[in-house]
Parts: sequence; C-alpha cells; structure tokens
Amino acid sequence: MSHVFEMQKPDERNRLDAMKQGVIGQPMDRPDGIAKVTGTATYAAEYAIKGCAEGVLVTAPFTRGRVTRIDAGSITGMPGVIRVIDDARLITRSAQAAAGEAPDQGPLTVHYFGQPIALVVAERFEQARDAAMALKIEFDADDLSDVPLDPAAVETELIETTAQGDLEQAMKDAVHSVDLTFTTEGHASAAMEPHAAIAEWDGEQLTVHASLQMPNYNISELADCLGLEEDKIRCLSRYVGGGFGSKLGISPEAVAAAIAAMELNRPVRVVMSRQQVFQTIMRRTETEQRLRLGTDADGRLTAFGHEARISNLPNEEYTEPVVQSSQLLYGGEHRLLQIELARIHCMTAGSVRGPGEAVGMPVLEAAMDELAEQAGLDPVELRLRNIPDKHPVKGIPYSSRKLAECLEQGAARFGWDRGPRKPRQHREGEWWIGTGMASAARAHSVRPAQARVTLHVDGTALVETDMTDIGTGTYAILTQIAAEMLGLDPANVRVDLGDTRHPRGAGSGGSWGAASTGSAVFVACEAIREQLAERLGTSESALDLADGSCTSGGSKKSLRDVIGNREISRIGHFKPGELQEKYAAASFGAFFAEVAVNEWTGEARVRRMLGAFGFGRVLNAKTARSQCIGGMTWCIGAALTESLLFDPVDGHLVNCDLAEYHVPVHRDVPHLETILVEERDPVASPIQAKGVGELGICGGAGAIANAIYNACGARLRTFPMTPDKILAAMPE
Amino acid sequence: MKPFDYQRAERLEHAAQLMSDGATAIAGGTNLLDLMKLQVETPRTLLDVNKLPMASIEDDGSGLRIGALATNTATAVHPRVKADYAVLSRAILAGATQQLRNKATTAGNLCQRTRCYYFTNIDQPCNKREPGTGCGAIKGIARLHAVLGTSDQCIATYPGDMAVAMYALNAVVHIANPSGAVRSVPVREFHRLPGHQPEKDNVLEPGDIITGVILPAPVSGTHIYRKVRERSSYAFAMCSVAAIVRMEEGRIAHASLAFGGLAHKPWYDPQIEQSLVGEAPSLALFDYAADVLLKTARGYGENDFKIPLARRTLAAVLCEVTGVDA
Amino acid sequence: MPMSVNGEDQKLPADPRTSLLDFLRHAVGLTGTKKGCDHGQCGACTVLVNGTRINSCLTLAVMHDGDEITTIEGLGTPATMSALQQAFVKHDGYQCGYCTPGQICSATAMLQEIAAGWPSDATDDLLAKPKLSGEEIRERMSGNLCRCGAYSNIVAAITEVAGNVS
Repeated sequence: MSHVFEMQKPDERNRLDAMKQGVIGQPMDRPDGIAKVTGTATYAAEYAIKGCAEGVLVTAPFTRGRVTRIDAGSITGMPGVIRVIDDARLITRSAQAAAGEAPDQGPLTVHYFGQPIALVVAERFEQARDAAMALKIEFDADDLSDVPLDPAAVETELIETTAQGDLEQAMKDAVHSVDLTFTTEGHASAAMEPHAAIAEWDGEQLTVHASLQMPNYNISELADCLGLEEDKIRCLSRYVGGGFGSKLGISPEAVAAAIAAMELNRPVRVVMSRQQVFQTIMRRTETEQRLRLGTDADGRLTAFGHEARISNLPNEEYTEPVVQSSQLLYGGEHRLLQIELARIHCMTAGSVRGPGEAVGMPVLEAAMDELAEQAGLDPVELRLRNIPDKHPVKGIPYSSRKLAECLEQGAARFGWDRGPRKPRQHREGEWWIGTGMASAARAHSVRPAQARVTLHVDGTALVETDMTDIGTGTYAILTQIAAEMLGLDPANVRVDLGDTRHPRGAGSGGSWGAASTGSAVFVACEAIREQLAERLGTSESALDLADGSCTSGGSKKSLRDVIGNREISRIGHFKPGELQEKYAAASFGAFFAEVAVNEWTGEARVRRMLGAFGFGRVLNAKTARSQCIGGMTWCIGAALTESLLFDPVDGHLVNCDLAEYHVPVHRDVPHLETILVEERDPVASPIQAKGVGELGICGGAGAIANAIYNACGARLRTFPMTPDKILAAMPE
Repeated sequence: MKPFDYQRAERLEHAAQLMSDGATAIAGGTNLLDLMKLQVETPRTLLDVNKLPMASIEDDGSGLRIGALATNTATAVHPRVKADYAVLSRAILAGATQQLRNKATTAGNLCQRTRCYYFTNIDQPCNKREPGTGCGAIKGIARLHAVLGTSDQCIATYPGDMAVAMYALNAVVHIANPSGAVRSVPVREFHRLPGHQPEKDNVLEPGDIITGVILPAPVSGTHIYRKVRERSSYAFAMCSVAAIVRMEEGRIAHASLAFGGLAHKPWYDPQIEQSLVGEAPSLALFDYAADVLLKTARGYGENDFKIPLARRTLAAVLCEVTGVDA
Repeated sequence: MPMSVNGEDQKLPADPRTSLLDFLRHAVGLTGTKKGCDHGQCGACTVLVNGTRINSCLTLAVMHDGDEITTIEGLGTPATMSALQQAFVKHDGYQCGYCTPGQICSATAMLQEIAAGWPSDATDDLLAKPKLSGEEIRERMSGNLCRCGAYSNIVAAITEVAGNVS
C-alpha cells in the first residue's frame, strides 16, 4: 500500500520531536560501520560471481575526430582474450545528474582526449589490461588548430541572467565597493573507489552491481542506453566507495559491462583504472568570476554583481550553477547574476561535490573580505548587516535560516577577534599566522522518494528503498527515523538499500537524499502507525510507541501483540509539492580558519578550522558532523592544492592520478571543529531536515584565502593558492 | 603490464649475467611496477634480486655502507644514519609514505624515473620514453619540470629525495658488472643530464648492478633537508635543499649543498659551496650563493616559479643553519 | 614455499603479472583490501607483510613466497574486532568505507613503528623517542588518502587507541 505525502504547506507538527523512542538526532554509530572496518562490506567489483570475465576500456589517444577502424584481429591471438566490444550503444561519457536517459552514445566519434571507444574482454584482468593497450585502432583526428581548448579564447554562450535595478550606476554611487576578477581551477571528485560494474545476463534479466549514487535514475539511463525495458534490469549498489558527483549518472564501465555480458552470455566485470576515472569522468569546470559589490556608508550592500564564465563540451547541457547561492545569501537591490559558457573539447564538465557553491561561494566570500577591509568593517559584522529579510529578487520569505546564529556562535567558539584587522600582525618563527572567515550557503532541494517499511511479526522493522549510502550515513539515519517513529530499538531496524527492486528513493545527490528519502520513510511509518492505531481502536496521534510497546489512553500493549501474525508493510511516497516556489530554502553556516604561511616558501597550512552549520533537523549528530568535516576537508583542498591541469596542445588531462592531483592528505587537515546549530525547517521536509552533504564545502576555501591574506598580506584572486602563487603575491 | 619471464637471482654473478642479457632487476618494485602497469616499462625478463645478500647497513671504516637492497625505512631509522648522516634520514622521511619507504630500496630509489606527466602517458610524445617522439612538456604543462641543465629534448626532473642527500654527503655508488668487477662512481656523477640522450637517466650499462652506497666519514655540522611541496606530505618536491653546514667563529667553515626538484638529476655545484665557505653569513651572501646556483636557470612557463622558490628556499636553509635573522 | 594469508597457506599465482592486491582480491577472495589507484598513490591496498605495512598494489604476488600477509580480515572479524576497528566505529573514522581497511592496517603498523622508535618527517629530534602527537600521527598516516574527509575522526580514533596502548 502506498501512502503519498505532498509538501503543500509548511509542516509545523515536528512529529519526530513528539515521538518517544528518543533516538532521532542521537550520535548513533553507523549500522554499516562494522562491515566497513572489518573489510566485509561488499563494493561493486567485489561480488564473487562464477565465470566472471574481465573487461578493460580502451580510450581515444586523440582529441576530436573519428575512429575509422578497430582492429579486433590485432589482439584475438593474445592469451585469454574473448572479445572486443565496439557496440554503438557504448557511451562516450557519463550521464549528467538525474538525466534519466542515455548520455551521448556512439564511441567512434571522439569529442575529447581519453574518451572510451571500446571494451576488451578477457578471462583475467591482467590479460584484458594488456590486450586493451595492444588493440590497434585507426582514426582521423581533426587538426588541433581547429579544436577549441582554451575557454578564454572562445566566444561564450549566455546561459542565465538575473538582473535587477542598475548595477553599473549602483557601483558608481556606492560608498565602498570592490570590482574583482577571480579564477578557480577544475576539480575532480576522486572518490576512492574507482568506477566499477559487474553485469550478469540470464537471457531475460540483466543484473548490474555498480557503484551508483542514484540507482533510481541510473536504471532508466541504463535501460535507455541498452534499449531494454526497465523491468528487465536490476541495479545493486549496497556500498558505494564515495561519489561526490562522479557516480550520479550511469558511466561508461557499467554500460560496457552490460553490453558485454549480454553479448557473451557470461558475467563481465569492468573496473576503470584510476587514470581512466580522472580522464573520462566528470570534471568540475574551471571558472572565471567577476564580483562587483558596493555598499552604502553603513556597509549595507546596494550593488551585487556576480558573473561567471564556465566551460563544457559541445552538446553537454550541464552548466555549473556558480551563482546559485548568490541569489539568496545577501541583499543588494541592484543585482546582476550571470553565467556564460565556453564550449571546449576537454572532458565532460559535470557535478562535483557542491556544484556551483563549491566555487561560487569561496569567491564571493573572498570578495566580501576585500569589501570589509575597504569599508573598515569586521568581516563577521559585514555579513550580519547584509542578511536580507526576504529573498532579494523573488521577495519570498526564507523557510528558516540560521546564518546569523552560525556567524555569532562560530565567532564566539573560534575566538574571533572583532577588533580592527591588519595583515602581517602575528608571527611564529618563519610562519605568518592569520585568521579568516566566510559564510556558507547551499541551496536546499527535495525530490520525490519512496521507501517501504515493514513491521514484521517478530517486532522488528525493515526499511527498503533503492536509495544509496555513499558514506553519507543513510543506513544510520533511516534506521533512526524508523526506530523513532515505530518505537523500536535501532538494533531492531534493518535498512536495505541500493537495490532497484525496492521502491525508488531520491538517490544520493544534491544533498537531497536524507530529507527526501528520510521523509518517505517517515510517511511509511506514519501509515504503519495509523494501522496500529486502528487495530488498537485509537487515533494515531494518541499513540505512543517506545521500546517495542504501544501506549494509548493509559493502556500499554506490546507491539508484537498488536502486530500478531499480520505484519504491516507500507510504502511511503514523498512528493516535494509546490512549496519550494513559495519559500527560499537553503542551508547556511559560517567558517573560521587559522592559517600559517611560510614567509620563505609560501607554503600555507591550515592550523585550526571551525564550521558552524544550520541545516534543519540533525538526524544523526555523528554522521551529520562527519558530512561537515568532510566538506571542510574539501575546502582545504580547494583552497590550497586541487587543480586539474589540461594540456594546452591537445586538451588532455595531464595530472590524471592521485600523485599529481593533490587531494588533501592527513597532514593537511587539523582537528576540525563543528557546531551544529539547532534548527527545524518546516518548509524543507516533513522531518524538518535540510541537506548537509555539501554545505561544508560551500565557502570554506574563502575563509582560508582570507586567512592567508590576514597572515601574510598576499591577496590572491585565484584558487588553489599553491606556494608559488602565494609567494608571487606576498609583499616583500 | 606486458607478459614477462619472472626469475629469481640466487647469486650476484647470475644476476649480472641475466641483466647483461637484457633482464630488468626488481627489488622493491614501487617505481618499476607503477611504470610497467602503464607500459612505460616493458621488461621481457624481470629478475627478482631480493634474495641477494645486499640489504645490510654496516660500518665501512669511518664511513657507512648502505646495501643496495636496504629499504629506505631501514636506512632512515638506522642509528648511525640518524646520528651521523641526519640529512639522509630527513630526506628519506620527507619522501613518499611509510608504506612505500618500507619497500623502496637504495638502488631502486637511485634509479627512480621521472614523474613527468608526458613520460608516464604512453599516448603522449616523450623523448625519454620513446626517443625521437618529441617532448610534450616543453609545449605543454611543465609544472614539475626542470629549470637547470635542461635540453631541447627533455626537461624532466629526477623526483627522489634520498639521492639529493647523498649528493650533499658526497656518497659513492658501488656498481658490479658481469665480469664481477666492482667500480666506484661518485653519486654526483651517477645521474646524467638529458642532453641528446634523455632516455638514459644514469651511467649504468647493461649488466651493471648497484651493490651499495658508501657514505664517507661523517662531517660535523648542521644537517637539514628542506622540501617544499604542494601538500604537507606525500608529494614530490617543487624544490628541495639538502645542506650540511658548519659554522666556526662566526664564519661558514663547511658547506655542502644539493638541490632536488630543479633538474634531471639532484643538482650539485661546487661553486655554490665555494661562494659560502670562509664567509660571514648574511642575506646578501645567500643571495649571491643563489645567483651561483641559478646562473643558468631557465623556466618553461608553469615552472618559472622554481627559480625564485629555489632562491628563497636556499636562503631559508642558510638562515636556519647560520642563525642569520631574516 | 607458499604464502600465508591471515594464517592460511596460499599457492602463488601462475601469472607473475598478478599483483599481491589482485591476488588477494581475486584468487584468495579477500576483498577487504581495496584497489583505489593501483599505483601506490592512495594507500587503500595497505596490508602487513611480515608485520610491515606496504602497498599491495605495487608488489607481485610471486615475490611473496614464504611471507606472512595480514589483511584487514586478519586483524579482526565482526565478532572479534581489534581495538582500532572498534575505535573507528565509535569515532566515525570513515564515511564511504573504501579507504577504511587500508587506514586500519596502516594505523596498526604505525603504532608499532612509533613504539619501535622510528622517526618521521614530523619528528623534531631524530634521536629521541617519537611522540604520539597529532602531528606525528597525521604525518605517518599521510599515505592513506580519505576523499570523504574523515581524517579528523580517524586521528581521534587512532589517538584513543594509542593512548590506551602507551
């Protein structure tokens, strides 16, 4: 039985707070933790499937053009080689987030260096790896002089504009103003588990173990790629070794494995090499951003301009929403927000953790720091003065917003000095020490989601949805929501995820997974409670469930007795409704960082970092905090080390491994402190929760940049701030 | 990784014979297997030399002999290395990770190949990997690359740290050939500049096997290894300085300096030391020493920063050891 | 001689190209050891060989005859978790879990290395007994990448166990 809940009005009931089990929000250990620490959690490539052949992708050694011949004969004699798959259904890139349909197919037409063009299948991995590299291909490569590779050198397309008032005039009239241009380099998701899939075909049914963030969309994408009906496909992703956007859409290895399994009638595993993951999976676009900010004499924004140039392949629709949070974070009646897109033949640009805000917010917050300096205002104070009453363009109210609380509480806990600020005031030996801060903001959204909850006759509950846990804590929070609603010890709740035979969840992406799928579980549990109340002849609202007992009107019964031999199973179906149009909903926060910069070498080290965040109800204080510190770790990478380097001649990704693309290591990351500000957002979801998975990356690199300036006086307008760039900007 | 014949060497002579027939020696394997998976290295015969008795670290007169198969960890934590050759401990500990140092060996690390992005990508031109195909880095991304001793064929850098310290220590490499003769090559002459033969990293000839490295009698002074890198750990050097400096009566009595991350080999130039020894330390003097170091330096765009960075890193090290206040 | 994996003898593979990592995952069926990069750049494949931590991706299985290999499965099972395994659960020292076995194998060896007096890049005095400081732990664990960004919690987990050990 399916129960639909559509978000038509703010849900002020705060039902989870009225429940009696007392587990919601608690810092419960993850139910999946023991499997993870003992090596018994099974990731996509790790299913022991008899007779599984091994596939390795072949990629294009040129930038643009056509493969004219794939000479399968060149490797057929090699030991163990089974087949070369060069099917026209192979995809040339991953699907974009929530596409629900096939991405570009037809691998013989090459759009970027490193594009997958074929799959070599052999008995064993070592054989397939050699054969894939030995496969002879012939191709017509376009003359590189005709292939656009430099985003600064091509004519751009205007993607979106929000204009209000007269920005130019407001800048002229402003008492304090800055007009600054920043650049940010491309980022890779670099999830630790490389993309991997095992496909099995029994003649009718295709089963694919894959590393997927959103099986609910991926099954449609795979079906469309293969020309199969969805009901012939089952996708499984019980454990996902990190996603960060890279596994949002179906990717080339999964489609290749499926085609090979169907063609060969045997299971086929395809695991991408780390280099292939770097070169063929989504990049976050580089950006160039112009910030024009102007205030009155009191430091209140009157002019707000944020324009960005981004890039992508021709024919890719995705555009990094760089100005997303600039829409709603600060006021300023004269506004211009704009995105322009350059079409270049460097690998596909797509979602990487915190798309938009991860690069838009640090730049905005670095510009705000320069504005604060110009206006002679404390940076925290400047932000507090510019929190608008209503959405600055749409005029709609905020659903709930803890930005001021985050700024205040964060500043207090960090020990932020609100006195006058000047760079180069503190030194320890060779190191300049400084502090910086930034606001955090990330747009909130929810998606349709379904989950089945079954209350078994033994008094335990089972939650089933194809929602995934990509490290975010889904297993934990869905356990807690069900346990809270049904009055169960969390040990008596089992959560089964990542199987498309289950009801469709929302998928893990856009920070919407917890609020959406959590709401579906909530709705299912409410329906179960209705049924229990009916059996007890009472009303659902009068029913207290705790520790396996039902209490209503003074009488107490064991839950098992009420269930009897009739288990109760309900599907909760959550729908976002139109409410998102009526309110501005986002998660907010504040970052504070202390940075040391070496005066000789320009090396910067984050010594201390604190984030205060408000994202609605905290469903599990331990996993929510982990999401926050994870995001803050990414801030350190974005601020100091992460940069995709593309060859200027042929556009290939040069630093395509984990030795040369520098994600932060242990030593780069100090103890990270967090404050989870208490909040209930009645608009966000019926569980009053908003997204947290990306909030922690949305602005913190700006705090680090501002701390670098405060430390050593190097005002950089480029991310990442590597030692060479800091040295070049450091005053003598 | 192309198929190969795997053999184990039981005796040195046996190994030398197989290697003169074209076998490639594998010890720790941390660099070789990395490159074999990329098919940058494609040995037909892989000769496992780990059973050869060359892993010991022992006194050699007043010096110290480090066996070719001693792991980087064994060397870095050895009591005499820590006490008398601290620059070597420091350099090793600044490189890679504990897991890699536990496998990497003295000889393998000396022979470590470049990290140039074009060298490790077989779809790109590289004169070092495939002579005559051109250099992708000169026209491309040269961030990791050399500013000293480059040629129009190759601008790759030697990526290691251990050898930089060995240059400062004036170590000697012992190399056995198939006839059983052992020759001594000063480490400062072991690696090559690319010139017209960038495929040749060092002076080893087919059949040569490194058997060990001799560290001469310790030189008193302050030992420093300073490595500048993009991450605080687990990253190759943007620039590094190995230094042994002794002060006497307010003047620099001894200076021994070598540099990493700047060239196709660890960079050693006796004129730098000559510019310092006997002088009273000062920022002006250090600047002059940097002028000597960098007199032939040339950037290739992305790596232009290495020239000022090397100057500053050298000054930082010299300030630290001489007590000059910046 | 056979190789011993978690106390059980295993016959070496016929194909010398097989890395120790692929041997463990494919032939032995112990998939707790993870492949993150296959090039010694992430640490997810860390195992103990005769008690020493190494990257199992950068060594050939055939080179380990007679060696004793310990993988995450050999450190503790769900019913018999080691102190570090328990501490990782308690401190949420993971998120996606993919780097976790490598982190735990690495930390297990790392605590022994500190006890043995091995210095690190973060050690001030090469000749003194190394401290169990946060900076020491972070430097010594830097060969294990965690993209989820659980470092702060991993260090908390290790610190707790290290405190109990010392």
